[in-house]
Amino acid sequence: MSNVKLQKEEVQPSVPKAPKKKKSQWLEVWRRLVKNKAAMVGLAIMLILIFSAIFADFIAPYGYDEQVLTNRFKSPSSEHLFGTDNFGRDIFSRIVYGSRISLRVGIISVAIAALCGGSLGAVAGYYGGKLDNVIMRMMDILLAIPGIILAISIVAALGPELRNVMIAVGIGGIPGFARIVRASVLSIREQEFIEAAKAVGANDFRIISKHIIPNSMAPIIVQATMGVAGAILSTAGLSFIGLGIQPPIPEWGAMLSTGRDYIRDYWHMTTFPGVAIMITIFALNLLGDGLRDALDPRLKS
Amino acid sequence: MQERLLDVKNLKKHFKTKKGLLHAVDGVDFYINKGETLGLVGESGCGKSTTGRVVLRLLEATDGEIIFEGKNILQYNKDQMRQMRKEMQIVFQDPFASLNPRMSVSEIIAEPLLVNKVFSNRQDMNKRVTELMDTVGLAERLMNVYPHELDGGRRQRIGIARALALKPKFIVQDEPVSALDVSIQAQILNLMADLQDEFGLTYLFISHDLSVVKHVSDRIAVMYLGKVVELSDYNSMFKNPLHPYTQALLSAIPVPRIDIKRDRVILEGDVPSPVNPPEGCRFYGRCRYRQDICKAKTPELQDMGNEKFVACHFAGNLKPATV
Repeated sequence: MSNVKLQKEEVQPSVPKAPKKKKSQWLEVWRRLVKNKAAMVGLAIMLILIFSAIFADFIAPYGYDEQVLTNRFKSPSSEHLFGTDNFGRDIFSRIVYGSRISLRVGIISVAIAALCGGSLGAVAGYYGGKLDNVIMRMMDILLAIPGIILAISIVAALGPELRNVMIAVGIGGIPGFARIVRASVLSIREQEFIEAAKAVGANDFRIISKHIIPNSMAPIIVQATMGVAGAILSTAGLSFIGLGIQPPIPEWGAMLSTGRDYIRDYWHMTTFPGVAIMITIFALNLLGDGLRDALDPRLKS
Repeated sequence: MQERLLDVKNLKKHFKTKKGLLHAVDGVDFYINKGETLGLVGESGCGKSTTGRVVLRLLEATDGEIIFEGKNILQYNKDQMRQMRKEMQIVFQDPFASLNPRMSVSEIIAEPLLVNKVFSNRQDMNKRVTELMDTVGLAERLMNVYPHELDGGRRQRIGIARALALKPKFIVQDEPVSALDVSIQAQILNLMADLQDEFGLTYLFISHDLSVVKHVSDRIAVMYLGKVVELSDYNSMFKNPLHPYTQALLSAIPVPRIDIKRDRVILEGDVPSPVNPPEGCRFYGRCRYRQDICKAKTPELQDMGNEKFVACHFAGNLKPATV
């Protein structure tokens, strides 16, 4: 047919040669993330929060259980930055210590929910048929039980410990993740590049982990950032009925619900823990959105 | 006779739908000799893409035999089939949908090598990827870019490089140029012809575009509604089409001259539904030579000599259309 010799397209000698070695994918993601200012703000706030959780002993001016009963309900002042609570404990110190518990509960329980729910949803969506039906009906059963009652029964059965609280709250989040991941897997499964991967002999695990999950990251990240807030509040609910974090260990949600009794007279007892939760979620949202964009090479500007 | 690489016998693929059984591929027979290109043409929805996928077992066949190098690959289990995939590859129609948007060019081309553990170290693999990119005419600096940054032609080159990575013997080309600009089409077609010469590849070239098929094929199979109606070599197909459908199809090729008066065969009616098709010739409702026997009996492919096969009760007895 044709004897046309292959011509390498666009020979541009002036262009500097691309680095021969393949750049690390994660370095690339990081580079894109750094460009995103909002995400960097979110990351900075998260780092500060994590830093304060680790070094709480040095940052907090008072102990979290240091009661001075003569100093109850003090308004914010230079001595007590965020005021004191109903036992005369320094609220700033309690918030700093509380970040240990709240961050851990928020992030770990969401991680449990995302991992279990995500893989169940991916399997259900990818294989379809009977397996899909069985998994999703189980998720429906979980959804039919109100989240807080589910968590109460799990903690009641396992015992009120931090670890069990995280498990209980995590299990409550599984169906949400399963449904979201399943839906996006269903739409990606039919794409031609999945068929292409099958044609070169890739196994199901590789197809799901390398082709399907990376392409369905966006809704997972959004759900996860929202989930952290929900998890902190669920823990607060559990703490409120005595099944969550045991007093006097500080936890933002628990501080919020204690402060609620005094909200008419002492605004600072609810405001500061509330602001702490808000800032955390805000930071996670910024970071999550930035991560979602950074992971998508199509949005590279 | 030349050595046969692929022999497809009575291949069937039926899909269950709500309305009934959809006979997408319904008893297809053809063969491909080593090193040649078989063009598979037919209109939309006639089952040509499904045939291509069933041949590679991307879809499981309902019935039939696919004999590749003397062995029926439909009897292979999952592991044997995975080995087999090194020998047979596919280039897809849509270079936008067939490349994972989250993988860079080099990752996409390296995937077949990685999956099949061809190389034990990264350097060798990268070397092979660079070599493949060179083979299909992609500049090396494009290694780390993502598919969305490239135009259709280059994307299709990526798809071709991926298909070549495992050094297959046989490649199904599923309308590889129909999504491209005409100017790029020629480039890609020439590239594939060069690769065929260089590596001794065998192609099953699926297309609805007769001028493209004419350009690339050694032999041509015409499909209509899940069946091959005519299978013959390039010359006799275009000079002497025997099946009434082929005649109609060929007379539809536009000739860029206004002074020629042509006797065009105009088909009436529409393609019948492939769901629960009735017994008899699939082309019955639209054929201008139809007789009672056509409705009663499904015509089988008959050997007309010279490696020409036609599925028509009156093959050879029809007035040849002037094309």
